[in-house]
Amino acid sequence: MSEVVRRVRGGGGWARSSPRPLGVALPPVLILTLLFLYPLALVVQQSFQPGTAYGDVFASELFRTALWTTVWIAVVSTLECLVLGFVLALVIAFVPFPGARTVARFIDVYLSFPSFLITLALLFIYGTTGIVGSFQFLATPWGVLLAEVTYFTPFVMRPVLAAFSQVDTAQLEAASSLGARAPRIIRQVILPEALPALAAGGSLVLVLCLNEFGIVLFTGAKGVTTLPMLVYSKAILESDYPGACVVAVVNVLISVGLYGLYRVVSRRVGA
Amino acid sequence: MTDGIRFDSVTVAYDGNVVLDSLDLTVAPGEVMALLGPSGSGKTTALRAVAGFVRPASGRVFLGGRDVTDLPPYLRGVGMVVQQYALFPHLRVEDNVAFGLKARKVARGEIRTRVAEALEMVGMAEYGRRYPRELSGGQQQRVAIARALAIRPGVLLLDEPLSALDAQLRSGMLAELSRLHRELPEVSILYVTHDQVEALTLADRIAVMDRARLQECGTPRELYRAPKSEFTASFVGSANLLPVTVGERGVFFGERRVEVRGVVPGAATLCVRPHLVGLGAGPNQLAGVVREIQWRGATHRLYVDVDGHRVVADVPELKKPPVYGDAVMLHFAPEDAVLLSVGVGDE
Repeated sequence: MSEVVRRVRGGGGWARSSPRPLGVALPPVLILTLLFLYPLALVVQQSFQPGTAYGDVFASELFRTALWTTVWIAVVSTLECLVLGFVLALVIAFVPFPGARTVARFIDVYLSFPSFLITLALLFIYGTTGIVGSFQFLATPWGVLLAEVTYFTPFVMRPVLAAFSQVDTAQLEAASSLGARAPRIIRQVILPEALPALAAGGSLVLVLCLNEFGIVLFTGAKGVTTLPMLVYSKAILESDYPGACVVAVVNVLISVGLYGLYRVVSRRVGA
Repeated sequence: MTDGIRFDSVTVAYDGNVVLDSLDLTVAPGEVMALLGPSGSGKTTALRAVAGFVRPASGRVFLGGRDVTDLPPYLRGVGMVVQQYALFPHLRVEDNVAFGLKARKVARGEIRTRVAEALEMVGMAEYGRRYPRELSGGQQQRVAIARALAIRPGVLLLDEPLSALDAQLRSGMLAELSRLHRELPEVSILYVTHDQVEALTLADRIAVMDRARLQECGTPRELYRAPKSEFTASFVGSANLLPVTVGERGVFFGERRVEVRGVVPGAATLCVRPHLVGLGAGPNQLAGVVREIQWRGATHRLYVDVDGHRVVADVPELKKPPVYGDAVMLHFAPEDAVLLSVGVGDE
């Protein structure tokens, strides 16, 4: 390490005493800028093209509905994922049953599945020609919600299971012999230990839900327009590229903003 | 009469592997009983059977005369302190101590008094607002003890409570534990340890465990002075164990006749404590050759080869200690030698 730094400095003296991180950091920053920030800047620039006022987009009923739909589906999905993920992880980690390990391992595999795969599977069960019958259910926001909760819950379970494996059984036993029953132990001993993991999993799921595209598209929910769907239809179907950019910028801002808020809140809870 | 703790032929097995073999043991109210033994001897299993974390395959466990074998841990009302403290890291010291009181729905005003009282008892009164991570190991263990005592248990279970502390802290905490017991004379204490010093110092009686079984139970003095088995003799204090034959003409170590206290017919092993072996001529003389000598400040420890058997002698510091290869004479008083009954240790 120090050898690399010294070479960058052109030799001479101890590299560590006065490091020049700029030289080392420059290549990755350049790559990031080229691959990520530049296109993003283009999108932002496009959104400010003359003739596409933000005001017009904000004023449109379609946009406002999409905005509301996106946020509430994402928030409700996240909350449900947190509750469901916590409970399932609790069972897998603390209720001994044969196959618990296999289930835990399957979750890792599950995380690598594409999101539309789950939706496809749900279509087989609930879809118009599905096993259960033709509810027109999947095409509603509730269908999107079901698909998102189904797909994203493991994203909460993964970090929570990792946190549970760190929980000291001696603490659980101490709590138990002090007179605490399971609900109190879960609330006062296990939950506080899992809070950082819940915050991490929850913020990840929130952001992923806000930007989810595949699930919404695959449920065929024509009545459910989220921001990413709006971007898609504006850019590809209507060729309204500047308009699409405006929605995209809003989408990015909401993602970053909500994520930031979530981190602040979770940090306060965790402290 | 109500007992503190009673094991009634308690057997615990995991997957057919017996880890505690029909333990019968009674701890009187207010008594300190040490369960002493090497790892895997079943001592921790016995403690966990009292706490309710292992279920006996057979036998019953009684607390204060009540059969608790089928009760879950949270209804047993025992205090427990373990080696790694197991404090709740996100709770302040006072909330850790209050945990059991809240779980028992004690009135809020009373919780405050009892938390203060418990912290006072272990000398941690001014640390109530701290978090466990802000305390040293010894302080954390005090908090763990206060937490266990706050619920006013009739029985206190201590599982290697001092093992995580360094030697100096350990002797301080030992004194502290005896003081606590004097202040709480009605609490029965089950103290699991592999450290004979802790057991000898603290316990009213010691139950020596080995290979899932209770080997011997008695007062520290009884076990030290007159152990019945080789295992007890070498686990409680150190011991010279010499093979002997007991016949009608007396006790013989090789060709040599030795005088001992109380002849046990059929005994095969003689036990003499190293500090009771003297250097020079005297009763029960043994001639040998010095194989090693260690200076330990106040004493010299000699390892002497006597007819192929190693005899250890701890003698007061010598002005002119013998050196390796010197021929020396050892002796011990007849009343300091104990015959161990055959077979007890190697059943």
